[in-house]
Amino acid sequence: MPYAAPDRVNDFVIKIGTVNGTGSASANGLLMKAVFRSGVPVVGKNYFPSNIQGLPTWYEIRVTRDGHRARSGQVDIMVALNAETYARDLQEVTSGGYFLYDSTWPRPALLQMRDDVTVLGAPLARLCNENFNGARTRILMKNICYAGVLAALHDIDPEVIRALLTETYAKKPQLVDSNMKAIQLGYDYAKQHFDCPLPLRVEKMDATRGQIIIDGNTAAGLGCVYAGATVAAWYPITPSTSLMDAFKGFAEKLRADPATGRKNYISIQAEDELASVGMVIGASWNGARAFTATSGPGLSLMQEFIGLAYYTETPTVIFDVQRVGPSTGMPTRTQQCDIRSAAYASHGDTRQVCLYPANPEECFHFAPLAFDLAERLQTPVLVLSDIDIGMNDWMCPEFKWDDSYVPDRGKVLDEAELARIDKFWRYYDHDDDGIPQRTIPGVSSKGAYFARGSGHNQYGAYTEDSREYQVVVDRLRKKWLTAARMVPKALIESGSSAELAVVTVGSGDAPAREAIARLRAQGVKIDYMRVRGFPFGEEVEQFLEAHQLNFIVEQNRDAQLRSLLTLETGVAKSRMRSILHYNGLPLAASYVIDGVMAAVQDHARPAAQLVRP
Amino acid sequence: MSFMAKPKVAHPDLPKNSRGLTRRDYEGANSTLCAGCGHDSITAAIVEACWANAVEPRTLVKLSGIGCSSKTTAYFVSGSHGFNSVHGRMPSVATGANAANRKLSYIGISGDGDTLSIGLGQFIHAIRRNLNMVYIIENNGVYGLTKGQFSASADIGTTAKKGEVNNQAPIDPVQLALTLGASFVARSFSGDKAQLVPLIQAAMHHDGFALIDVLSPCVTFNDHEGSTRSYEYSREHYEEAVHADFVAPAANITVQYGEGESVPVTMHDGSRIILRKVDSGYDPTDRGAALARIRERLRAQEYLTGLLHISTNQPEFHQLNATPDMPLNQIPYATLNPGSAVLAKILARYR
Ligand SMILES: Cc1ncc(C[n+]2csc(CCOP(=O)(O)OP(=O)(O)O)c2C)c(N)n1
Ligand code: SF4
Ligand SMILES: [Mg+2]
Repeated sequence: MPYAAPDRVNDFVIKIGTVNGTGSASANGLLMKAVFRSGVPVVGKNYFPSNIQGLPTWYEIRVTRDGHRARSGQVDIMVALNAETYARDLQEVTSGGYFLYDSTWPRPALLQMRDDVTVLGAPLARLCNENFNGARTRILMKNICYAGVLAALHDIDPEVIRALLTETYAKKPQLVDSNMKAIQLGYDYAKQHFDCPLPLRVEKMDATRGQIIIDGNTAAGLGCVYAGATVAAWYPITPSTSLMDAFKGFAEKLRADPATGRKNYISIQAEDELASVGMVIGASWNGARAFTATSGPGLSLMQEFIGLAYYTETPTVIFDVQRVGPSTGMPTRTQQCDIRSAAYASHGDTRQVCLYPANPEECFHFAPLAFDLAERLQTPVLVLSDIDIGMNDWMCPEFKWDDSYVPDRGKVLDEAELARIDKFWRYYDHDDDGIPQRTIPGVSSKGAYFARGSGHNQYGAYTEDSREYQVVVDRLRKKWLTAARMVPKALIESGSSAELAVVTVGSGDAPAREAIARLRAQGVKIDYMRVRGFPFGEEVEQFLEAHQLNFIVEQNRDAQLRSLLTLETGVAKSRMRSILHYNGLPLAASYVIDGVMAAVQDHARPAAQLVRP
Repeated sequence: MSFMAKPKVAHPDLPKNSRGLTRRDYEGANSTLCAGCGHDSITAAIVEACWANAVEPRTLVKLSGIGCSSKTTAYFVSGSHGFNSVHGRMPSVATGANAANRKLSYIGISGDGDTLSIGLGQFIHAIRRNLNMVYIIENNGVYGLTKGQFSASADIGTTAKKGEVNNQAPIDPVQLALTLGASFVARSFSGDKAQLVPLIQAAMHHDGFALIDVLSPCVTFNDHEGSTRSYEYSREHYEEAVHADFVAPAANITVQYGEGESVPVTMHDGSRIILRKVDSGYDPTDRGAALARIRERLRAQEYLTGLLHISTNQPEFHQLNATPDMPLNQIPYATLNPGSAVLAKILARYR
């Protein structure tokens, strides 16, 4: 359902199509930041190929006065700098929109294909060739130059751009001048040749105060520093690498002694993901806060070890930044396709605690929470982010740190406590919450125990005795029930309807919320729930039971969240209808609205028809 | 088979080490291995070495993978924490544990299957990191626990118990470790306690990765005619190159074995080991020469045993990573937490 407000001020989408490796990222970031600095909320989405140089790449900037956080699903102006993708780029423009191309070269005939789109030509390459020297500079400046054109077209204040450049190049002021020159070239050209500004224009607001623009991986890496993590083990994989890069970058600045160069952390690039998770298990067992970050293929490799951590009850924090599967899939495209494999990671009766952040702010705050839960519950905790959250630029409230935070190390017995007890039993449930006591190596011989993935009894000894084995796994089940009370509660907005609800997870949040706002504006009464942790708290089942029809919105083909809800609650399947999106692009609000409306307008349609490719 | 804690009866006449502990204090649970298994002799040698080194049990960490050999970490020093991990992946668990606390001593027990097949990748990367640990391969040429399949260390021509002949070349962990730059490489035989105990003692004092490949006959699956890891074969086909005599830093007394020159080597921690050259041409500090000699002896179907290579100037894992002296797991949270004011400063860049 195309959505176009009559008044397009501060409400439109710019999409820029370029070639990977040509350095357009800084121009796109500059534009987005300039809008943000004008006090207008923005959303940034990067669609990049799994390639270093040469394949098409796009960046989308949504200017959204209402502060939406998702894609809208439309493109109002396409900046097409990659002739190879002109045809599909033109196709994508919403009716009534614009198409800007580099007119250094003659206009290709194919640009006449749409008479409902205004085509604008600016000779970006020529302008830069005439004004700059060197092939590299010319290419880079061509990017900055289109930012200048857009500034004129959308009425973005060049002084805001200058201020941003001055901050960016504080140490190289000559770059401010050359960049500004390129901005001005584009700006002046547009002013002279086009009808500036377009109706799609930016008008200063005051709606970004207290907000920052950050991606989820940076936020999670920073969160791990604040959580007190000291051991990071990893194997490079898109899209989790930047999470580790962020952790290392912040730790290098904040945790290294400038005098000696000694670091209060260690980052180990492992030989593979089996090793990285093994290292996390070893370090956590030995009393450090340790974590790894990976994506689907890595999570698959970690399965055996995750089971070991589950059964030996070793805290293990894993960030899984999900990408499109199966197998290598589309490594730079987003999906929520590890929900099921994370929840039941490893063989045997295993169930894993999962956290589902929805945005960078939650990535930051869920980091210390993940460590607290892993240590409190003595079990793996998997934080399931995705490419959309992890690698896109999100506007979100500036994170606040509570200085009174104390890490929850859980039931760890220290030397004095060990001295007081008669005998230490590693897997014994003293408190009836299913959580045993643990000890850290090196503290006391009295606390020594032998961690093993083979059968063990509640005292920690090897066993093949049926009853003894069952005592331990039954206690693990009790611990699972305790976990359900500890993970973050689902966020619920109820009370407007007993009929309809939208239920989602993670990055489904932003599009679902926008969809609900727009549906409500159209008079549809609908409630909302976003699950944030697994095991599900009792509020999840209650909410589902309280609504006739719950639309389960998620980004995978096989309705993995719905499967989990079916398996783990008593709710009838018929109450849960899927809206599935799995083409690798971030979910747009319009898709959710279409899914809900289709069902609302046609009650008779079976759920399967709401499932689209 | 069940786990039984042995009552620790104090024998007044048992000799005590400098810590006031007897050998019994370094024992573990009862072994559940086959009677006569070479692995049990290695366990006994570890107990002896720990006692002789006056190891404080609290400070020792035992790690293993999966296999008959890997089970043995439960059979020594019950006062130490142990982690019996998954098949072939002990090195990563050891790496993480070591990363968390550099002050403890780490001893890893593995098998030839555990190390040379499923775990080969982790093994060589632990060497590459020069992880400060003792790594013992209880090498029997077979997968004991899964009932006698050939392992990657089985020699060409070895016959399995049921008659199958191995025709693939073995992977020799000793040569592998040498080519990878391991800083301490030794080979011994489970039945040679006199050689094995000082080697383990020396390995425990070595700062960096110390590999001891111990030929260890599997009496059940690899102690018959046609096996090259049998007691009979091993005793007949090994030549001792260098005898490591361990000298504790406190008591500078050693028992001297054999004749010939001796090369004292000072370990990182100040203690010394004395290398007794059985063969006067052998220099364990020369990696290339060591490899050549090992190969030459192997061509003559002999395992050169003893301390085959040592270099004491290679930076170990923590030095390479510039971690502080204080173990990472003991740094107070207040030191690790940058605080809210710093957060505001960091986030200013994202405004
Ligand atoms: C992932 C996995 N695959 C297979 C096994 C089965 N398995 C157990 S022990 C073993 C071989 C052990 O051989 P080795 O390390 O030489 O030990 P030994 O029993 O000979 O001392 C195998 C294959 C396992 N435990 N885990
Ligand atoms: S099967 Fe072989 S290796 Fe295993 S315990 Fe028996 S003798 Fe030892
Ligand atoms: Mg073996």
